[in-house]
Amino acid sequence: MADLTTNFIGITSPNPFWLASAPPTDKEYNVRRAFEAGWGGVVWKTLGEAGPPVVNVNGPRYGVVYGADRRVLGLNNIELITDRPLEVNLEEMRRVKRDWPDRALIASLMVPVNEDAWREILHRVEDTGCDGVELNFGCPHGMSERGMGSAVGQVPEYVGQVAHWCKKHSNLPVIVKLTPNITDIRKPAQAAKDGGADAVSLINTINSITSVDLDLFAPEPTIDGQGAHGGYCGPAVKPIALNMVAEIARDPATAGLPISGIGGVTTWRDAAEFMALGAGNVQVCTAAMTYGFKIVQEMISGLSQYMDDKGFTSVDQLVGRAVPNVVNWKDLNLNYVTKAKINQDDCIKCGRCYAACEDTSHQAIAMSEDRVFTVKDDECVACNLCVNVCPIEGCITMERMAAGAVDPRTGEVVREEYANWTTHPNNPGRCAAE
Amino acid sequence: MRDRQLAPGIVAGRLDPAALQSNFTDLHPPLDDHEALVAADRCYFCHDAPCITACPTSIDIPLFIRQIATGTPEAAAKTILSQNILGGMCARVCPTETLCEEACVREAAEGQPVLIGRLQRYATDTLMEQGVHPFTRAAPTGRRVAVVGAGPAGLACAHRLAMKGHDVTLYDGRAKPGGLNEFGIAAYKSTDSFAAREVAWLMQGGGITLETGKRLGREITLTELQEDHDAVFLGIGLGGVNALGLSGEDREGMRDAVDFIADLRQADDLASLPVGRDVVVIGGGMTAVDAAVQAKLLGALNVTLVYRRGRERMNASRYEQDLAASKGVRIVTNATPIAVHGNGAVREVEFEYSDDDLRPTGERFRLPADQVFKAIGQALEGADLPARDGRKIAVSGPGRTSLPGVWAGGDCAAGGDDLTVTAVAEGRDAAEDIHATLMAEG
Repeated sequence: MADLTTNFIGITSPNPFWLASAPPTDKEYNVRRAFEAGWGGVVWKTLGEAGPPVVNVNGPRYGVVYGADRRVLGLNNIELITDRPLEVNLEEMRRVKRDWPDRALIASLMVPVNEDAWREILHRVEDTGCDGVELNFGCPHGMSERGMGSAVGQVPEYVGQVAHWCKKHSNLPVIVKLTPNITDIRKPAQAAKDGGADAVSLINTINSITSVDLDLFAPEPTIDGQGAHGGYCGPAVKPIALNMVAEIARDPATAGLPISGIGGVTTWRDAAEFMALGAGNVQVCTAAMTYGFKIVQEMISGLSQYMDDKGFTSVDQLVGRAVPNVVNWKDLNLNYVTKAKINQDDCIKCGRCYAACEDTSHQAIAMSEDRVFTVKDDECVACNLCVNVCPIEGCITMERMAAGAVDPRTGEVVREEYANWTTHPNNPGRCAAE
Repeated sequence: MRDRQLAPGIVAGRLDPAALQSNFTDLHPPLDDHEALVAADRCYFCHDAPCITACPTSIDIPLFIRQIATGTPEAAAKTILSQNILGGMCARVCPTETLCEEACVREAAEGQPVLIGRLQRYATDTLMEQGVHPFTRAAPTGRRVAVVGAGPAGLACAHRLAMKGHDVTLYDGRAKPGGLNEFGIAAYKSTDSFAAREVAWLMQGGGITLETGKRLGREITLTELQEDHDAVFLGIGLGGVNALGLSGEDREGMRDAVDFIADLRQADDLASLPVGRDVVVIGGGMTAVDAAVQAKLLGALNVTLVYRRGRERMNASRYEQDLAASKGVRIVTNATPIAVHGNGAVREVEFEYSDDDLRPTGERFRLPADQVFKAIGQALEGADLPARDGRKIAVSGPGRTSLPGVWAGGDCAAGGDDLTVTAVAEGRDAAEDIHATLMAEG
């Protein structure tokens, strides 16, 4: 079984699976049980300034988007940062870290954008023995209305400034948690790096309304007939998160900046995908909130098996392995010609490929009287929609045409060499081919 | 209790009331809301779906399942009922395993079809529980149509004609409407007086006057009906029962299975219904299976269903055969009855083994029996009917008979497969043809 020990910006943990700053990490009781279940680290629920803590709504905090059989695909919340006194949280963190020295314990912080406030909170958390801090510049609801959370994360100058203060007033490693509610994720990441941050973590939740109550005519979750936008997370946001992680990983300005990947990680496979795109570890919340802490056992066994299968002896061999293959559209090989192929032995004759192609794509699938479905190679543009809608995995595949063959759709010979849009004759701004 | 099961002869109360109630409850309990959503989600919404093709009434199954999945079972019910006004009963009695569910692509993929029948029941039950009739009649046409037989074919025909604005008189020889839905289906497939409730619900649409106790050839005649109406539809079913033609067939304990099934359906107290200890059912169709299974559920100790050909030739579906076996019915095939033995009352039935072409092997055996149910088919009864094709009324196209202005459908008409759902389709299609004919006459 592969060793999953992870060293992330100098913080070691027995595996790369951390619980994200969220309700699961709100108190000692939960965090102890999380460590007992096997989690490699936790980012404690975000701490605010000393004094009267924030209050939460007393109605529903969560809204959900379901798939089949009430499977939770997306979760939205309007919960704020911890509503327990700062002193209580700090004392509990101290006790937990003392008893679990091999696990990562990170303090998530959110205070107003002034240097004194950050210096004060940093000094107080340092006493807990925690391994690092995460600056919550991400929460898009509630706290952002007060000039914190995503209100900071959306202004790269603020991000850099606060990161700088934290490095100046503390020796702890600093992770900056980014909001996805921004046009170009690379800008706050660059600012964090320039401010001296050791790492970024992303994504925080996405502004969202999960659904509308069609009797009350109010957004869900509904509080006394009204609703506010919340932060969306869970499996539904994973594709957005993967892209943002990759954007930072392949941006020359932030290349090499450690990333803690967050956003819909539910299984070992999700985690491996984030890591392949450059995340040094992952943080999990919705999956734990849906299924409980025990899921980490599947994540550990799954990632170990995968690493063994691949011959990886350290997670470092996985981290970033897919980054070089993330390119811009213009770099894609236009001489890579494929055609859909339907395996008649596997086909169950549902006709979904036909409906999808005939109604919404390229009319490239024929249907016979006795429901045999075949691809018309002279019409197929290899869009992949038939593969995507087919309910039988592996029944429809994309088969590459060999070099030298004639593509019946274009009448052109398939060429061996790589060629992309930058040299294509139809591109008015093409470069001359070598 | 144990003693009653072992008691010889035909006696009542072989099982205690709790066991009887458990035995005769819904064979397939209704899906609850969540179960329906899970089941509906398995539908792939196939293009030109095979299940629709396999349904004799061509219900748009993927559409109604999607309507269930999106929380609108009432709309789903309307999709079903627009094609099959007895969609509630068909959801309970259709041999879906040989129709829609056999054609379901998930049957091909996984051997587990979408639960189409139970989803159909979920939708239709939801609407019917609201007491809503989803359709409204067209403006009156002033045309009068007689529909004879208030079974599935007649009800479907009467409903469709009434919706078109015609005035329908629905005649039935029995005291209650419903035909085989009311009298001829196993009790565990139509619990809580569903057949009667469905007819009452259907009648809410208006335009249909029900006349019970009116038998064709006795209280009413076809000639009179033709004189008094613009068109006549015959959905009279098969009133006669085929005889075995054996010596000793009149012995005490020999009964027609259809009568036993009807008694079960009409019984107020199953504990008062007598049944034999050693029951033999002769036949291989649904009636035979329904009689055999219910005899067993009523407390018969040994029930043997004997069919003269091989299992694959039985009209009862493989699913029904397995159901019978699971309830403890022993199925004996390739055996032809040749004699009924006993002194006054039946004591034994003697059989001879025969191959699928009914050639006897010469080997014989006897089964002890204190009750024998005959279920070897029913026959058309009545004189002055339209011309026949074999033993049934000849029809062309959508139920046109040899007599002008007279249509026929359901079990009494030639063709078809004696299924409830086929009868509904034939009644509906005849109604459309009657309507077109009457309107063309101007």
